[in-house]
Amino acid sequence: MKPRPAMKIKGTTILVLLIFLFLGTLPFYMPMFRVSLFGKYMCFAIVALGLDMIWGYTGILSLGHGVYFGLGAYCMAMYLKLEASGGALPDFMQWTGMSALPTFWKPFVNPVFAIAMAILVPMALAILIGYLTFLNKIRGVYFSILSQAMAMIMSTLLIGSQAYTGGSNGLTDFKTIFGKSINSPITKIQMFYATLIALVLIYGVCRFLTGRRVGRVLIAIRDGENRAGFAGYNTASYKVFVYALSAVIAGIAGALYVGQVGIISPNEVGITPSVEMIIWVAIGGKGTLAGPILGALAVNGFKTIASENFPELWSYFIGVLFVVVILWLPGGFVSLKEVPGRIRHVIEVRKNEKPRETENFVSEEKQSRAH
Amino acid sequence: MEVKDPVLDIQDVSIKFGDFKAIKDVSTSVGKNEIRFFIGPNGAGKTTILDAICGKNKVSDGHIIFHSDKDGDKDVTKMREYKISDLGIGRKFQAPSVFGGITIEENIELAVARKHSIYCTTFLKLSKEKKDYMNYVLEFIGLQDKRFKYPGSLSHGEKQWLEIGMLMAAKPQLMLLDEPVAGMGRKETEKTAELLKKIKKDCSIIVVEHDMQFAKDVSDTVTVFHEGQVLDEGTMESVQRNQKVIDVYLGRG
Repeated sequence: MKPRPAMKIKGTTILVLLIFLFLGTLPFYMPMFRVSLFGKYMCFAIVALGLDMIWGYTGILSLGHGVYFGLGAYCMAMYLKLEASGGALPDFMQWTGMSALPTFWKPFVNPVFAIAMAILVPMALAILIGYLTFLNKIRGVYFSILSQAMAMIMSTLLIGSQAYTGGSNGLTDFKTIFGKSINSPITKIQMFYATLIALVLIYGVCRFLTGRRVGRVLIAIRDGENRAGFAGYNTASYKVFVYALSAVIAGIAGALYVGQVGIISPNEVGITPSVEMIIWVAIGGKGTLAGPILGALAVNGFKTIASENFPELWSYFIGVLFVVVILWLPGGFVSLKEVPGRIRHVIEVRKNEKPRETENFVSEEKQSRAH
Repeated sequence: MEVKDPVLDIQDVSIKFGDFKAIKDVSTSVGKNEIRFFIGPNGAGKTTILDAICGKNKVSDGHIIFHSDKDGDKDVTKMREYKISDLGIGRKFQAPSVFGGITIEENIELAVARKHSIYCTTFLKLSKEKKDYMNYVLEFIGLQDKRFKYPGSLSHGEKQWLEIGMLMAAKPQLMLLDEPVAGMGRKETEKTAELLKKIKKDCSIIVVEHDMQFAKDVSDTVTVFHEGQVLDEGTMESVQRNQKVIDVYLGRG
């Protein structure tokens, strides 16, 4: 019997540690403006991690995770809004002619309640949607379409009920968070590190799960759901579990996002941002935990650099990046190390093909002479 | 045909797809430690019946009673597939369907574990006894040297054995195999036959197969299906002498 291969630290783990090190030391040498930007990217990295758990590992493509991100963000924003107005009617409600605070807004004056809701509301919705779809064996592209419709419904609802949600302007003009000024550099640094800690913890949870048997069951569901069912696993409950997990992760990311960016609006909830989230995972490399983190940071960083330097052309750059990755790097950025080997392989195949080509040519020539 | 000590009783089962009756009043029993072959021309309903036993097809009429060692007699026609599997019925499909994203050992590991809840797969480790059995299965199917590789590197035959190993790992009372030797060479087929004869000591096996030599080598009894009905049942020798069977199936080769 062959011994188990020695436990070696994988390249992707080193990559993640390097990214964490980079992010952790960032505030020491970068201007405040950049630090805040990276705080935002880290929120996206958290969403991408959750998405990778359901897409990369379990094979469920959700095109509507903006919904869960948005729910988390709006829960937190309601608290921030009430803190800005001192528990009284927020400004946008006064403009729309509301006279009293709606009942469902009232408990959000309590930050603990708001944070709990930012986690529980996405979870509850995901469990409900998950049960309705997965238990009825709605799979593959049908689930993707359904999830996308959800993103559309969510943004339409938010815009439509302006009196309660601020409509298409969203919720903004926050002043303090936990009693401290939201724009002071110290608060910003604190929020940055809180986000980094959340990212590290969520990475840890995902790593723990994928290292356990439950992670292998998820891959088994991706590779052959029926087979996993016949092996005795209740695949529907596993799918509901991982879907709810990713929704909670997206909700946490949303709650962290709103404090740092200072606004949440239906633009961050609808179809376009939901699809963008999928792109981060695809570009970084799905089915690995390093991939989505790297993808979210790199794509958004690239987006910022491109838009600053080429204000008119940047969207083309992003487009080209997507096309290049999808054509030549189907495994995403984390599969870059395989590229030299693949090029060598192609060259070798070409070499072996050449003599045969000339042979054919000669024999064809002979044939034509014979005629 | 009377079977003593049956594991499975199929009683007057009919299966409809819309208006089409794929299976018409089929009854048969499979005994303990028996290898039963379901043979017959294409479209006779062999796979349909397997699908009904493991919960993939709905039965429109009749009962399928499984005599479980731990849970007593159960009618599996109204049960969900993962519950049927927990009861002790393992199923292998026609195309090899192993999990490509995890190693060969992990494939067996998922099958050997008997606790399937999310809590158990997250927090519990396999017991020593289960690990030993996993190693035994890997050795039994001859893949112990490749245990840390991914199934993508295996040949067609090896993939089939891996899947048979996954069934074995779950220690079922009844195994359902759909064309286990399709696409295999003579040597591989012979090895599969040996595997099945050994597995038979611990459980009953139903095999759907077109390879008549293989059926002759391995089967205890054979049920011949034709147009959704049982045409004949008995040992391979007796079935081969039946003129009706020769006319619809065997004679054509």
